[in-house]
Amino acid sequence: MNLFVLLKTVPDTVEELTVAADNKSLDAEWLRFKLSDADEHALEQALLLKEKHGGKVTVVAMDAPELDESLFMAFAKGADRVVKLAGELAAVQSLSAARLFAGFLEGEGQPLPNDALVLVRSQAIDDLEGEIGPYLADLLGLPYVGVVTGIVPEGGGVTVTKEFAGGLRGEFSCPMPAVLGIQSAEKPPRYVPIAKVRAAMKSSTLETVDVSTDAPARFPIDRLYKPESAGRAEMIDGSPEEVADRLVDLLANQSLI
Amino acid sequence: MANGILILAEHLKGEVADITFEMLGAGRTLADALKVPLHVAVIGQGAGAVAPKLGLADAVFVVETPGSELPPASTVAVLLKGLVEQKQEGLVLIGWTNLAMGVGSVLSARADLPLVNFCRGIRVEGGGLVVTSQLFGGKILSDVALADGRGIVSVSAGAFPADAGRSDKAATVETVALPVEAPAVAFKRFIEPEAGDVDITRQDILVAVGRGIQTQDNVGMAEELATALGGAVCGSRPVVDQGWLTLSRQVGKSGMTVKPRLYLALGISGAPEHVEGMQGAQTIVAVNTDANAPIFDVAKYGICQDVLELLPVLTEKIKARKG
Repeated sequence: MNLFVLLKTVPDTVEELTVAADNKSLDAEWLRFKLSDADEHALEQALLLKEKHGGKVTVVAMDAPELDESLFMAFAKGADRVVKLAGELAAVQSLSAARLFAGFLEGEGQPLPNDALVLVRSQAIDDLEGEIGPYLADLLGLPYVGVVTGIVPEGGGVTVTKEFAGGLRGEFSCPMPAVLGIQSAEKPPRYVPIAKVRAAMKSSTLETVDVSTDAPARFPIDRLYKPESAGRAEMIDGSPEEVADRLVDLLANQSLI
Repeated sequence: MANGILILAEHLKGEVADITFEMLGAGRTLADALKVPLHVAVIGQGAGAVAPKLGLADAVFVVETPGSELPPASTVAVLLKGLVEQKQEGLVLIGWTNLAMGVGSVLSARADLPLVNFCRGIRVEGGGLVVTSQLFGGKILSDVALADGRGIVSVSAGAFPADAGRSDKAATVETVALPVEAPAVAFKRFIEPEAGDVDITRQDILVAVGRGIQTQDNVGMAEELATALGGAVCGSRPVVDQGWLTLSRQVGKSGMTVKPRLYLALGISGAPEHVEGMQGAQTIVAVNTDANAPIFDVAKYGICQDVLELLPVLTEKIKARKG
């Protein structure tokens, strides 16, 4: 199989997020970036498919701060080829990003081969103007299924499992090539020790492809701000002992225990 | 803004999902304020059967898709585009749900309309609209103006009350025939949720674990607390993805919606996808090391501590109290 995985980094929300002075963006000074959870799962799913059915995993990402370490980690985990799309990309949103990825995937006007699957995150925490998968599929004229948690090759295509709500899932048959939005891989993303990532940094090469876009942002953000803490919890402070005593009292008073 | 508001109804197995009524209530308020008509599109097999339930709208458009049960997002988007053009709609509301995910993106590209995701609120301002969205796992909000009121808004579940969207009035239903190509993606079958050992939707007390629980062994500590409380353990997506809990114990967007009397959220940050499934709990107690975690915005009581330190102490004290 020809497996393509599109990756992007997002701000790590474990860190404190601060709004910049313009009130329209995050203060970059304090941001740490990491792959989004769904990206880790998309990569894992591609590696699982390769291990089971053979093939090649190509990782593609738009250049961004702190991206390279994630890309070398992809190498360390088993990606065969890693490509970075570089250029003036700061203001690129999902639709224009999809155009850049579509341009790369179609190469010199060549359609994707019949055994190709493009795996993307189902959604990311900063996809304010839409998810990339459906845009990309539409541009490439390929089928798309999102919120996917399972992929099994069958006939000339794949059978995919999609999650709905309440634990209900559905099975769909989808021809290849296709774009699939991954929610969770069939196994938890594998761990690679940092030594293996360092080794990949020495032995592997990231390819860089220059791209350009003149697409303007589809809408400007007027204001970015922190949620007001109006309905905020009553905080219980103290040592674990004190906190536990207080909580047990509170629960008992409300007949919860 | 002279054009109408169109809501994409969400229905599965003959049931209208709550998100549809949530959008209907919000859409009614907007439509009345802007003096424009409120419309609903019901697309897919069985659309005609659920349409009469949507009486709060001024008109309900039914587009059946014979031979295609559960049409893919791209097909729904093409049909919606047809309706937007034919009925001259200005604003389209779509649920930010697993079922409808992707519809807004394709419609945005095809109809050249801006799409705003993760909506938690919409207000009329000037002649246009301002959409408030929740970004970065609920830690940051954004305001985006749709100056002429035209666009697609993807609405998060639970952002508006569902009751405001229900009506006893019979809907004015119009069947609309629109051409559409047979989709390449075909629905095969439903996979029903595995009957878990415990039905977490029926529990009075739930101990929920998130990423902060760190290891599978520590989930055992949470089980012990749940047993002491007479409840059950459930969890957020990352814990289920790790295989530490079964899918039947997942709370949130893809998992269960629970409304217990007590919900103890341990090491859960409170991302919107999780909050969607538990915000109806009577009393929420949250324990998290991050004082800024969004979970503290929905909790009644908050404890800023390492769950692994608090858990054994709390379990012992509850055992002691219960005797």
